[in-house]
Amino acid sequence: MDRKDFFKSVAAAGLSSCMIFNQDDPVTAAENAPRRTDLPYDLVAVMGGEPSDMFQRGIKELGGMEAFVKKGQKVTIKPNMAWARAPEFASNTNPELVAEIVKACYAAGASEVTVFDHTTDEWRKSYEMSQIEAACKAVDAKVVPANEERYYREISLPKARRLKTVKIHQAILDADVWLNVPVLKTHGGARMTISMKNLMGIVWDRAMLHRNNLQQCIADLATLPHPPALNIVDAYRIVKSNGPRGISEADVVNAKALFFSSDMVAVDTAGTKFFAQFAKMTVSEVSHIAAAERLKVGTTKIETLRVQKIKL
Amino acid sequence: MLRILRITVATIGFVVLTLFFLDYTDTISPVFGSSARLQIVPAIMTGSFVILAGLLLATILFGRLYCSILCPLGILQDLIRRISLRFQPKKKGSYSPKRTGIQLFFLALALVFLGTGFTFGLALLDPYSIFGRIVANLFSPIVLWGNNLAASIFTLTGNYFLYGVAIVYGGTVPLLISFLMLGLIGYMSWRFGRLYCNTVCPVGTFLGLLSRLAIFRFRIDSNRCSRCGLCSSHCKSSCINIANHTIDTSRCVVCFDCTAKCPKNAIQWNIISKRKKEPVSLSENVVPEPSKRCFIATLLSVGGVVSTVVPKASAETLEISWTGNKPYKRKLPLTPPGSVSAEQFQTHCTSCHLCVVKCPSKVLKPALMEYGLKDMLQPVMSFEHGFCNYDCTVCGAVCPNRAIRPLILDEKHLNQGGRVVFIEENCIVRTNGTSCGACSEHCPTQAVHMVPYEKEGTDGLMIPEINEDLCVGCGACEYICPVRPFRAIHIDGLAVHQKATPPVVEQQEEGTAVPAEKETDFGF
Repeated sequence: MDRKDFFKSVAAAGLSSCMIFNQDDPVTAAENAPRRTDLPYDLVAVMGGEPSDMFQRGIKELGGMEAFVKKGQKVTIKPNMAWARAPEFASNTNPELVAEIVKACYAAGASEVTVFDHTTDEWRKSYEMSQIEAACKAVDAKVVPANEERYYREISLPKARRLKTVKIHQAILDADVWLNVPVLKTHGGARMTISMKNLMGIVWDRAMLHRNNLQQCIADLATLPHPPALNIVDAYRIVKSNGPRGISEADVVNAKALFFSSDMVAVDTAGTKFFAQFAKMTVSEVSHIAAAERLKVGTTKIETLRVQKIKL
Repeated sequence: MLRILRITVATIGFVVLTLFFLDYTDTISPVFGSSARLQIVPAIMTGSFVILAGLLLATILFGRLYCSILCPLGILQDLIRRISLRFQPKKKGSYSPKRTGIQLFFLALALVFLGTGFTFGLALLDPYSIFGRIVANLFSPIVLWGNNLAASIFTLTGNYFLYGVAIVYGGTVPLLISFLMLGLIGYMSWRFGRLYCNTVCPVGTFLGLLSRLAIFRFRIDSNRCSRCGLCSSHCKSSCINIANHTIDTSRCVVCFDCTAKCPKNAIQWNIISKRKKEPVSLSENVVPEPSKRCFIATLLSVGGVVSTVVPKASAETLEISWTGNKPYKRKLPLTPPGSVSAEQFQTHCTSCHLCVVKCPSKVLKPALMEYGLKDMLQPVMSFEHGFCNYDCTVCGAVCPNRAIRPLILDEKHLNQGGRVVFIEENCIVRTNGTSCGACSEHCPTQAVHMVPYEKEGTDGLMIPEINEDLCVGCGACEYICPVRPFRAIHIDGLAVHQKATPPVVEQQEEGTAVPAEKETDFGF
């Protein structure tokens, strides 16, 4: 982005903030959501078990991994492994969970499972210290780098308000199906990082999003034409304060939950409400959720959905 | 036999050290880089009397073995000379007289630099540092480029076992200096073998003075010698005078090439008694005193340098002034974590650039004028390409000079090498009224944390707030701040590193670490 673009976008930011009240009716928006209606449930929440047990139970409720991954398909899994931090700090997705998902994909007949994240800390250290690389390689996943621009290709986001084009990692673009596996955390800028915020790890130039109204850009990104087939939100350990990185284990709560949905807005709404039990947070504060609903990515009205809640 | 042993030891040491410099994957353990600590100038800098005494003793016993088996720059010259012999197999050297004046001039110069703490000058003369800079600034980019080319080819076939590594350009000056040094030393060794070591190199001269006392030395048996001249023409130090059957021990690097070449087995390496020594030693201008004097002078300067290590007790707190929308100018450069103080760092670093190539986050770059001319080329923290990883202590672990002290993780977590400066006028939250928080997101200690931005009354909008006492100066905030052309958050250096206040640990409500499962539900 050169300076001209920068000023343009600053001007556009001003304009769009004026247009914020001229929004679509959320109810009609939900009707156009890319949410799958052929599944037994729209949203599955599991509580009180170990990551692998909660995953097994939750995916079973949705009809098994076979409902998402077909035989011979190339699958990409996008966990959060942005930080050079050990799993106890919950800065990254639980490695055990990611490995379990890889296994389930292969069991469903996937020809290849790829795992990557565009990290914020130095990528080699992040891949190692998150322990996700080792856990995934142990179950034959292909763990690929995301540290160079040549791995990314530009796509356009026709439904977006501000982020009209964006460079996305080829592992997402070339996959037959991809799964979004974020970890539930508080976040200084976006307020919460759940499934939509996790999409920033498939983007090359994140600073551009930060410059151009972060919350709107996160929502714009969620309109991508190639959305995740399923979002599996890891809330086994959650960062309740000083997120998304966290300072120490004192920022971590052993919440032991897992959420499944193909609707990013719904699962982020559910996640935020779940999180609100541990620290002060409202869905409206996490303004990319409402922004995404306006863009018809999904619905915040969980009560209108077919929800399955399970306590192990 | 001894020649083969010499070549084997030299090759192993050279290859290991070079590979350690070139290893960008951080797979070679720092243990293998410790041969850098055996180098003379690093040993002087660290005040390691054990290593120093060992090296000096070895020289007094065996002569300048150091130059042949430990000095990477010397071995590099041997390598260049070897290649030159492939191209010109008939090339013949001959005895050349000693250049004592030039030698003593450079030695004196080095001692003055050492004594006065003019480390840039010392860095230009220290053979280990010259070698380090050549590898770091010239060879390393070539290796990385090769890796990236291979990685891109393999990636096309869907194979990711190699990955691309960012090649960070260290600047024209270090590149040029390294290039010129390699050119000069390369040319000299191509044409004249160890001429550099026997004219310019102060370490060579110093050890040469000591080796005059050597107990083991080469001697030509005039009864056996047929004066064929093979030894002299193959001597890389041009120190064998066949006319009067003398070998200049002060220039001899104990390579055993002559003994291997001699068809008559007329050159022996063995203990020479005091009496026999006299006729062997060359009666050129040097009297024995300078060696003693130089030795004492060196020890004194070592003492002087070591005594400067102790950091000043009182720390100056920097007065940081807001600069509004103008670009922020760092008031003090940032020295690496573990450098204790700018002074400690600057008097010990000879700019071998090992930490520069080893830094996984590419935070360290050779300084141009950040530290001033006196300390040019020393690594300075720069957040253009990355930020200092909170859990990384590589630079201190590899530094052979202890210019960067090794830190354990707990020390590193509280080492404050710089302090954060926030320029709210430049911040996106204020200028655009939109969320960002990239700085706080990256801050490992939450010295930058987000607080509600009340001004707009916008629901959920947060703005950074800083607490400099918590700051460790890692530069994550500065690196990630998306505002251009001038960032909204910066790190300024400290003359003396401080201890940061430990991060505020969130108190668990009602004293329970983990909330009981019964208390929480799904929440929706």
